[in-house]
Amino acid sequence: MKVLIPAALRQYTGKQSAIDLPPGTVEDVLRQLTSQFPELRKQLFGDDGTLRKFVNLYLNDEDIRYLQNQNTAVTADDTLSIIPSVAGGCVQPD
Amino acid sequence: MATIASPQATTLSNDEILRYSRHLIMPEVGMAGQQRLKAARVLCIGAGGLGSPLALYLAAAGVGTLGLVDFDVVDFTNLQRQIIHATDDVGRPKLDSAAEKLTAINPAISIQKFETRLSSANALDIIRGFDIVADGTDNFPTRYLVNDACVLSGKPNVYASIFRFEGQASVFATQNGPCYRCLYPEPPPPGLVPSCAEGGVLGILPGLLGVIQATEVIKLILGSGNPLIGRLLLVDALGMRFKELHLRKNPECPVCGANPTVRELIDYNQFCGIRGEEAPVTTAVPEIRPEELKARLDAGDDVFILDVREPHEYQICNLGGHLIPLGELPARMSELDSSREIVAHCRSGVRSAKAVTLLRQAGFGKVTNLAGGILAWSDKVDPTVPKY
Repeated sequence: MKVLIPAALRQYTGKQSAIDLPPGTVEDVLRQLTSQFPELRKQLFGDDGTLRKFVNLYLNDEDIRYLQNQNTAVTADDTLSIIPSVAGGCVQPD
Repeated sequence: MATIASPQATTLSNDEILRYSRHLIMPEVGMAGQQRLKAARVLCIGAGGLGSPLALYLAAAGVGTLGLVDFDVVDFTNLQRQIIHATDDVGRPKLDSAAEKLTAINPAISIQKFETRLSSANALDIIRGFDIVADGTDNFPTRYLVNDACVLSGKPNVYASIFRFEGQASVFATQNGPCYRCLYPEPPPPGLVPSCAEGGVLGILPGLLGVIQATEVIKLILGSGNPLIGRLLLVDALGMRFKELHLRKNPECPVCGANPTVRELIDYNQFCGIRGEEAPVTTAVPEIRPEELKARLDAGDDVFILDVREPHEYQICNLGGHLIPLGELPARMSELDSSREIVAHCRSGVRSAKAVTLLRQAGFGKVTNLAGGILAWSDKVDPTVPKY
């Protein structure tokens, strides 16, 4: 299966926009993703280990909150998209 | 489909019939559609990147009343993408600059200027006079404010947001459709969303998304086509790919759900975790002012300059420092000699402050932060160094 990384998070995945991973549940996929890219973990999960509320996950084109959440099954042909909220506008570099 | 105030007696003059002839000869618009456009009142929040193309096309299309909300002045760096503003407008209020261009395109439309920061105190009053709101703002508190105000007012919110080379667009706050909070119930805490050392935005991107917004506004007015209600359009300009995700109205949404708990506008800065003004960079790290560094270098002191910006920034201008981008610093500390005095710098002093903290935690005792970064160096020491 494929995980699609949004522009805002590609700095944590060595600039890759799509990561291939074996199928499983959403939880499995995220665990593998964050073990491959540990810096992604803090962006996706809070200190309590739950997915951050301003990050949405889509299995193909459906929000996993309306499927089985982290238990949603992801098959080899599926795509998991990470969609963080962005306010838009030009972000000034620091 | 959203219902707009009925056209009533908005007849078209002969001039208007000629001006809009390419609309009128299309059955999808026709005389009835053009009259609806003329009767429509659209509020554009923001006259910047998104607002520029949005307002320009709405004016050209003959939207009868355009409201513009912006309190900012035109900055030189805006010109790369805010195409309603020209070089001569730098320093002028954006509203004046925008209104002028819109009137030049279409003198017949009515423009209402709101030179104010949209807030919980004024949003409902301002929105009351319009049928549709187009949100072209650039910060989370305003996004949530606009969303809630639109839901509470029963006005659709045509939304777009951009980041670097990607964008999102949707139509929120319609009767049966989702609102922004259905998608993102909570904003990210400030400082957690990668404000991104690389920042920036492709100039054309707000053009792409702003015109998508204008398209959706016009479709809502005409009652034509399939608006982006319940649909999140994702635009990747670099790949030139458009993707769509399904957005559902959250039955438990606190604003637009079956049992709303938000029935009036709240303090959105508090909601987004921002207390008062944005706090300046922490001054807990030891700093050195550009003048001091210059004096030390001139005196021949052995100072190692560490530049923690990105390679493409180094190309714009640099102090000849050793480049280790902040993101790579943890893995490349071995390139640094902790026995030497190190001055870390970036563009404005924010990233380099983080670098100093990292290095001090790793046992580097002689690291200081160049206060104000290379921008301050340009201001105080060497004006030939370009600012960006």
